[in-house]
Amino acid sequence: MNIMRKKKKIMWSVVRYTLILLFGLFFAFPFLWALSTSFKGAEDILSWPPVLFPRQPTLDNYRYVFNEIPMLRYFLNSIIITGLGVFLQLVFSALAAYPLAKFEFKGRDLIFYLILAPMLIPVQGALVVNFITIMRLQLVDTFLGVVIPSAVSIFGIFLLRQHYQSVPRELEDAARIDGCSEFRLWWNIELPLVKPALGTLAIFSFVAYWNSFLWPLIVLRDTNKYPLQVAIAHLSTGLEQNYRYITASLVVAALPILLFFIFTQRYFIEGFEGALKE
Amino acid sequence: MGIPPLVHYITAEREGESAVKLSRKGQIYLITVLFLVVPLVLLGAFTYYPVIRGIILSFADYNILTGETEWVGFANYRHIFQSPHFRRFFWRALTNSFRYLMVVPFIQFGSILLAVLVNKSFPGVRLARAVYYIPVITGAVVVSIVWQLIFQERGLLNYILTRIGVISRPILWLGDPRVALYSCMFVTLWRGLGFYMVIYLAGLKNIPRELYEAAAIDGASGWHQLWYITLPLLRRSMLLCFTLSTIAALQVFEEIFLLTQGGANTSTILYEIYNLAFNRFQFSLAAALSVILALFLVVLMVINFKFFGARRKEA
Repeated sequence: MNIMRKKKKIMWSVVRYTLILLFGLFFAFPFLWALSTSFKGAEDILSWPPVLFPRQPTLDNYRYVFNEIPMLRYFLNSIIITGLGVFLQLVFSALAAYPLAKFEFKGRDLIFYLILAPMLIPVQGALVVNFITIMRLQLVDTFLGVVIPSAVSIFGIFLLRQHYQSVPRELEDAARIDGCSEFRLWWNIELPLVKPALGTLAIFSFVAYWNSFLWPLIVLRDTNKYPLQVAIAHLSTGLEQNYRYITASLVVAALPILLFFIFTQRYFIEGFEGALKE
Repeated sequence: MGIPPLVHYITAEREGESAVKLSRKGQIYLITVLFLVVPLVLLGAFTYYPVIRGIILSFADYNILTGETEWVGFANYRHIFQSPHFRRFFWRALTNSFRYLMVVPFIQFGSILLAVLVNKSFPGVRLARAVYYIPVITGAVVVSIVWQLIFQERGLLNYILTRIGVISRPILWLGDPRVALYSCMFVTLWRGLGFYMVIYLAGLKNIPRELYEAAAIDGASGWHQLWYITLPLLRRSMLLCFTLSTIAALQVFEEIFLLTQGGANTSTILYEIYNLAFNRFQFSLAAALSVILALFLVVLMVINFKFFGARRKEA
């Protein structure tokens, strides 16, 4: 009986590990294939059967990408757009969530539900009208035009409100009794206590802006202002399916986000847990 | 009652410290207003206003040069449904968008499976989770181009499949109208699984361990535990994931744009909206199409909530 059980258990863990490994391969292999392609020379790219590893690994593709294409420019654009977007989302979430979490005032719940509503109603139609708005504000072809429509993060307000709410009341009362002003209470006590939530938000928002594609494509006209993602999509049609150069530029675009992910990995899962707890 | 004007709160409390000091209530009032005003204005301008303005635009003719709108009633909608030329595009896009919903059950099944697999702690579990999440992190552009490479006529996929004899001739995965949409769906599935896995992992963490322990003592097998404890208690996560993935599937754009440029019978509603607005500058028609898409989404959401909401009450 006991041996049967044990056998069964071992069999199950074999199945489990095999599946985990297969899935790992399923997700990692396409990237590894692209990585290998980016080091291939002309003779390997056309060979049939395809070669798994470059026979004569070369850095030519990377040289080409950096010399012939303003890769650094695109990189910088991505950094500016992402930096600005993340900054605005953090500031607006930290601000808007505070009164909603802490103060009693007329219409507070209404405002909170209004803020949450767009999570439930589809807003893709906003694309057209927002473009008209951006045109009217003369923000077409500017970085501000790229980030401003998404500068207020609903997820961010929601997350921050929950964290503000978990700051103990006694702490606030003690500070008030000591004569701490309301503004200083927020700045010196509440804000430092919700820093982990701001970190989580920063991570999510970093990824969202770094990978944003459709909206920057619409707003930006000058190809010199393109962020990496848009530039690469643009290039991949322009380079006539030259996959050696395309994969090299892909690696350049994916590397920062992957490095970022290695260091922040656990927050992605914990962040969701925090947001979904309620 | 309303909020009394700011002036009433201003009282000089202590001399010497600062000339005018706000009372506690005044400070709170000021903070509430100052902290909320800019976010609300932005949210209004870029989230609520587009909904209303989009509906109005769909009943009007928008002149892109002057920015003037002229009321035309249902003309845009008539054009979409009746113009012999446009009707074809519209129905194709609509059917493709709905065919895209086929991705939803696969995403759900796959991501629950992944979450259950990596929910235990074992050496390397974090690496496994991270690897599954990489396609989510790298974004649509990188993922789509990587798959373009594999889907090429002389690409890896065709090589492997012809080699093991599944197909005799290479398939144009992104060029053949019969398969291209499914190739796009596959890429959507591939890059979405990790995202939903994380939501399910969060849901799994919320299931009390004692339930499993009690079940094990009663002699319930692993399958029974999965079927009678895990899955029923994941219902909330399922609702969330179903809702998110239905919305995402109906509004798919990036994969289509990047993999096929809407060719090979893959154009979807959102792709047509983009095409109408930003290639052909027919903003009003695009707005009308957006309203139609929004209506479908609302109906689907209601069905979703009815279905899962009702079952939750039973439990």
